[in-house]
Amino acid sequence: MPELLVAENLQAYYRYGLNGWIRAVDGVSLSLGEGEILGVAGESGCGKSTLAQVLASVARWPLCPRGGSLHIDGHEVPLTATAEASHRGTVVSMMPQGAMNSLNPTQRVRDFVFDVVRSHDPSVTRRAAVQRARERLAQLHLPERVLDAYPHQLSGGMKQRVVAVISTLLNPRVLIADEPTSALDVSAQRALLALMAQLLVDGIIGGIILVTHELPILRNVAHRTMIMYAGQVSETGPTERVIFEPAHPYTRALMDATLVLESATKRQRIEGLEGSPPDLSRPPDGCRFHPRCPHASDACAEAFPPELRPGPDHTVACWWLAERLGAPRAESGARAVES
Amino acid sequence: MSANGGAPLLRCVELTRLFGQGARAVHAVDDVTLELRRGEIASVVGESGSGKSTLARLVLRLLEPTSGGLYFHGEDVTRLRGFARRKAYWTHVQAVFQDPFGSFNQFFPVRHVLRSALRLEDQHLSPQTREKRMASALESVGLDPGSVLDQLPHELSGGQRQRVMIARAVMVQPELLIADEPTTMIDASSRANILNVLLDLNRDRQLTILFITHDISLATYVSDTLFIMQAGKLVERGNVERVAHDPEHAYTRQLFADTFSLHGEAWRPAGGEGST
Repeated sequence: MPELLVAENLQAYYRYGLNGWIRAVDGVSLSLGEGEILGVAGESGCGKSTLAQVLASVARWPLCPRGGSLHIDGHEVPLTATAEASHRGTVVSMMPQGAMNSLNPTQRVRDFVFDVVRSHDPSVTRRAAVQRARERLAQLHLPERVLDAYPHQLSGGMKQRVVAVISTLLNPRVLIADEPTSALDVSAQRALLALMAQLLVDGIIGGIILVTHELPILRNVAHRTMIMYAGQVSETGPTERVIFEPAHPYTRALMDATLVLESATKRQRIEGLEGSPPDLSRPPDGCRFHPRCPHASDACAEAFPPELRPGPDHTVACWWLAERLGAPRAESGARAVES
Repeated sequence: MSANGGAPLLRCVELTRLFGQGARAVHAVDDVTLELRRGEIASVVGESGSGKSTLARLVLRLLEPTSGGLYFHGEDVTRLRGFARRKAYWTHVQAVFQDPFGSFNQFFPVRHVLRSALRLEDQHLSPQTREKRMASALESVGLDPGSVLDQLPHELSGGQRQRVMIARAVMVQPELLIADEPTTMIDASSRANILNVLLDLNRDRQLTILFITHDISLATYVSDTLFIMQAGKLVERGNVERVAHDPEHAYTRQLFADTFSLHGEAWRPAGGEGST
């Protein structure tokens, strides 16, 4: 199957003080197939939103992409946000998290829609641009009058859906959605995810990278899921496998901390994740999860864990698993030196 | 299930709040009658715009009801004239809100936030008593007073900040705590910790909690009683197990059906398992 998007060894750091770097994305590789939804999950501060910004070419100082490559449809895509980034919106588009701040407060939604479409297609008529937006608004159960509204006249959930419509207006090949559902209630979440899936099934969008910390959402919509911890990938695989047979201790901890809808859960207490992710200006040596890991051994603190394949299309970076699978330690040599 | 018999702690009778006037007025809270018993955790669940936060603000006496009555320990608190009388009410009824960033003054350490809350109760506490009260409140929400008290808000994680806000609320030893979406801004993996803090306070201090949320899975996790709210009206109410197993109203069934679950068949709107 042709790969739609391939990212290799991405590194993106935030400038911090005069000489400091916060390594928010540190050696992340991923691929996205045609027609696929890839879910990216992890705690706050694991680098998933930073990864989204780099993939969507919207990284701005102090976030500096420092290395790695990104190809979409076989073409190299620049990692930094440059003024002439003409691929933004059509090749790759970002559905941002903060819908509250993404709209122009002095413009009616319809004028903003027209500006967005015209900037990529100067020949478009106002009527055609607005018509396209109108159809998609209807799919999200939004009344047509939002087109005539200013952003302050819309509720948070309405704004989020307007932003969703605008970010898919140019039919991008790849849609990067960063926590698109966080401001929505359950019914609106379903409608938004259904719209995204519909655009994918109809071939209007080539593929979606969905960043969220809600594992139940990924379980229901993502084909494959990638778990990030402290700027690195700890586990990637088919969603059902990652969620129901997690191989990495961190994925397991995330699953155990997830509150799910079960009748009368009050009887069975769920403990959330204790502790917090490491300071990424001085990340720990070896596996970055080892200070919080219940299975940590000396090896974990020394070198970056090897990338293992416990199943088809399933990769896990973990020393504990390596020991159980009986993999030779030497395998990690290359990665360990690199990091 | 620690609710005992006797008079209800809080009673709302035909509580109504309109925004705007005349025929175009919005009925944000429409004829809501409910009772909270001492020691119970009740949740109000509804979508955005259902009026659940307006209801919370009415109960907190931050908003005047258009009509209806509010009774705390059987005493009419619907019309509390003057700031002094409302302040007295707030020593019994406290709240935590959605955004722990917005509730802090970013230039002052945690100690300052807690100290100003103590002033609500008594202006003349000795410094030793004050320190002791602050420390025990922080311990009751699982924070280490030694390290947290002198930290600034931005040095705390989102979960820690929300714990500080809960500590601030319970420090004045209220009987009723209103928690309005306290976990929406918090990472999914630490939500259970915040909810467990509420469950422990309920168990250890008999604290009555009114939990406001749009997420019915959180509500079923913490509650004894569920109130389902749609367009300003309570459409269903009942014991959590009854509502979860056998929802009567179509809207309640819809809420359960729309919630994403880890169990049962996956939804998969974009097709089955991906490329393997």
